[in-house]
Amino acid sequence: MEQQKWTEVISARKGLLDIPFKEIWHYRDLIITFVKRDITSTYKQTVLGPLWFFISPIFTVIMYTFVFSEIAGIKTDGIPAPLFYLGGTTLWNYFQICFTNSSATFVNNASIFGKVYFPRLVAPISTIISNLIKFFIQIGVLIILICYYHFNGIYSININAYILLFPLLLILMAGIAMGVGIIASAVTTKYRDLQMFIAFGVSILMYATPVIYPISQVPERFKYLVLLNPIAPVIETFRYSIFGVGYFSAPALAYSFVFMVVTLFTGIIMFNQVEKTFMDTV
Amino acid sequence: MSDIAIRVEDISKLYRLGNVNAATLRDDAKRFIARIRGKVDPTLSLAQENERTQKGTSDYIWSLKDINFEVTKGEILGIIGRNGAGKSTLLKILSKVTAPTTGTVKVNGRIASLLEVGTGFHPELTGRENVYLNGHILGMNKKEIDRKFDEIVDFSGVERYIDTPVKRYSSGMYVRLAFGVAAHLESDILIIDEVLAVGDAEFQKKCIGKMQDVSKGEGRTVLFVSHNMGAVKNLCTKGIMLKSGNLLFDGTIEQTIDKYASILVNQRNFGSIGNDVKRNSYHKNFLSINCVNVFNSKNQAIEEFSMNEEIRLDIEFEVTQKIDASIFCCIISDFNGEKVNYSSSVSHQADKQQIYEIGKYKLSYFVKQNLMPGFYNFTLTFFDSNGYAYDSILDFGEIKINNFGLNDEFYFWDAKLGNTITIPTLKLEKLS
Repeated sequence: MEQQKWTEVISARKGLLDIPFKEIWHYRDLIITFVKRDITSTYKQTVLGPLWFFISPIFTVIMYTFVFSEIAGIKTDGIPAPLFYLGGTTLWNYFQICFTNSSATFVNNASIFGKVYFPRLVAPISTIISNLIKFFIQIGVLIILICYYHFNGIYSININAYILLFPLLLILMAGIAMGVGIIASAVTTKYRDLQMFIAFGVSILMYATPVIYPISQVPERFKYLVLLNPIAPVIETFRYSIFGVGYFSAPALAYSFVFMVVTLFTGIIMFNQVEKTFMDTV
Repeated sequence: MSDIAIRVEDISKLYRLGNVNAATLRDDAKRFIARIRGKVDPTLSLAQENERTQKGTSDYIWSLKDINFEVTKGEILGIIGRNGAGKSTLLKILSKVTAPTTGTVKVNGRIASLLEVGTGFHPELTGRENVYLNGHILGMNKKEIDRKFDEIVDFSGVERYIDTPVKRYSSGMYVRLAFGVAAHLESDILIIDEVLAVGDAEFQKKCIGKMQDVSKGEGRTVLFVSHNMGAVKNLCTKGIMLKSGNLLFDGTIEQTIDKYASILVNQRNFGSIGNDVKRNSYHKNFLSINCVNVFNSKNQAIEEFSMNEEIRLDIEFEVTQKIDASIFCCIISDFNGEKVNYSSSVSHQADKQQIYEIGKYKLSYFVKQNLMPGFYNFTLTFFDSNGYAYDSILDFGEIKINNFGLNDEFYFWDAKLGNTITIPTLKLEKLS
């Protein structure tokens, strides 16, 4: 009798693959605004403002050089230690911040999510993008340092064709961070135990990644363990593309790629299921 | 035939009380196993009705149970009920913040919800940046906001501050700007929860006017939750009433408000004071109020009065230890808990600082009132001379002041105009 068209039906469950990509596209302006908000609000009311984006990596590198190179004497494949560490930490920091932020998506945004609906994936996506901008600023520091070394004749840079892989490396970093992060966020809404683990787990993970040491320094029998870490090939490839020394392996990179696709896919599905009711348990 | 904007079918929502810990993990495991085996969720059968004042035996409660209703396009639906009746849960489900446990909601049109004023406002960003941020959160795109920006700023009247961070705003300006954004949303259905509780009277009136324009002029549907019966009555065309998660009434807004009031009256009736009445005393075991009855000027025990009619309260109380000096005080509060009339025995010279010997008494207390039509209750207290209570009963008994052909515009102002101190007459009788 009645022929009514519904634009939307809200019900208890939704299908596993019922992922609102179209809606996310509709909310693209929100993503842009979130990114702007993250960038502009970070250093509001500071005197140095965006300069802080530079200051933190510089101090980190000075400290790393002192501790790991001068004291511990870890070899850096012949690359000057500050360059070596800056290359590694810039990329690693991007991974770390994306991972920790997206794993706290529900907890950090509970006050907004509790009051208004928009596709929840908007939040981790905008985190990934806003940190990407900060990442590029830090890449700027790296370029300045490289130029300094190059033109003062201290160390000659050997940028090679592998630099073309750079966009892929970024996608891998962002994708893995977001995939693992949103899996963690979906699991931690109700039981916060995993959150405890993430807090210290990430800092430990850095030592399991060739950030402060090159893979060539790893004893042969442990090498496969380090390479199980999907971020290891990304960082090694990055350094290889700039300095021309280090480790490059296409299968290892392919492994990272598969890892990214699987975690991202699983993550989006889990996230999408949890977002409907997380407000009741967060 | 008019179109249906929202159809709610058998909506229920289950909540778990208490903390999340290992016990919830066990329940989750049971639920998971039941789901795999294709059986009904075992926790559903444990759940109880949401009666917040009583201690239940189960950790699971139904915040909403089997709700069905329809909203026609262009209608303004008022949702009323006491605290914890499930109003906000219902709005959360409709605005997709949380999913129902069972049932479906079918929607025709784009929904925008305003469960809170200024959701996502960032204190460090300027008014302008926040208009965009908030607008995008509510689902507007950049073009829409660009087009409406001047209108929003104009509506909220904060033009001078638009490039100042909102943390420097007064709370009123903050709310004005936030409501301005929401009011200019181009959605087919607007959901509003209690947001008019803030802002000054002028701005509240502006908001109500805007909402009326929205529904009458632009044919949009509005769902509105408020405890301000004046506003609900003035704005809405239809009403539903919730009680403990059940849909108790669905009808025109006048019928719904009357129903709501009658339920409140039945719950806190006059007569002897039961255990459910809120009490407060500083000096224990001196005096206790046992029974309160209300009479109209014709000496009838009726809880309805006309405007300006004298109210007589007969208060029976027992004194168990001698009291040297006591003042009796009566406060009348309106629907929203706002105190609108105050009177006490001190203002009546003859009975200043009454001395009570041990025994039972009946106090007849005559209140001259000039209350506006509406519903009111009483807070009755015996104080010592320093203002500490011997016994006090709070928000007791519900009376109704009837309306004599006043139009609704007048009604909207509720009782706020009748905020007065009156001089009572009283008569004390010793019963035993």
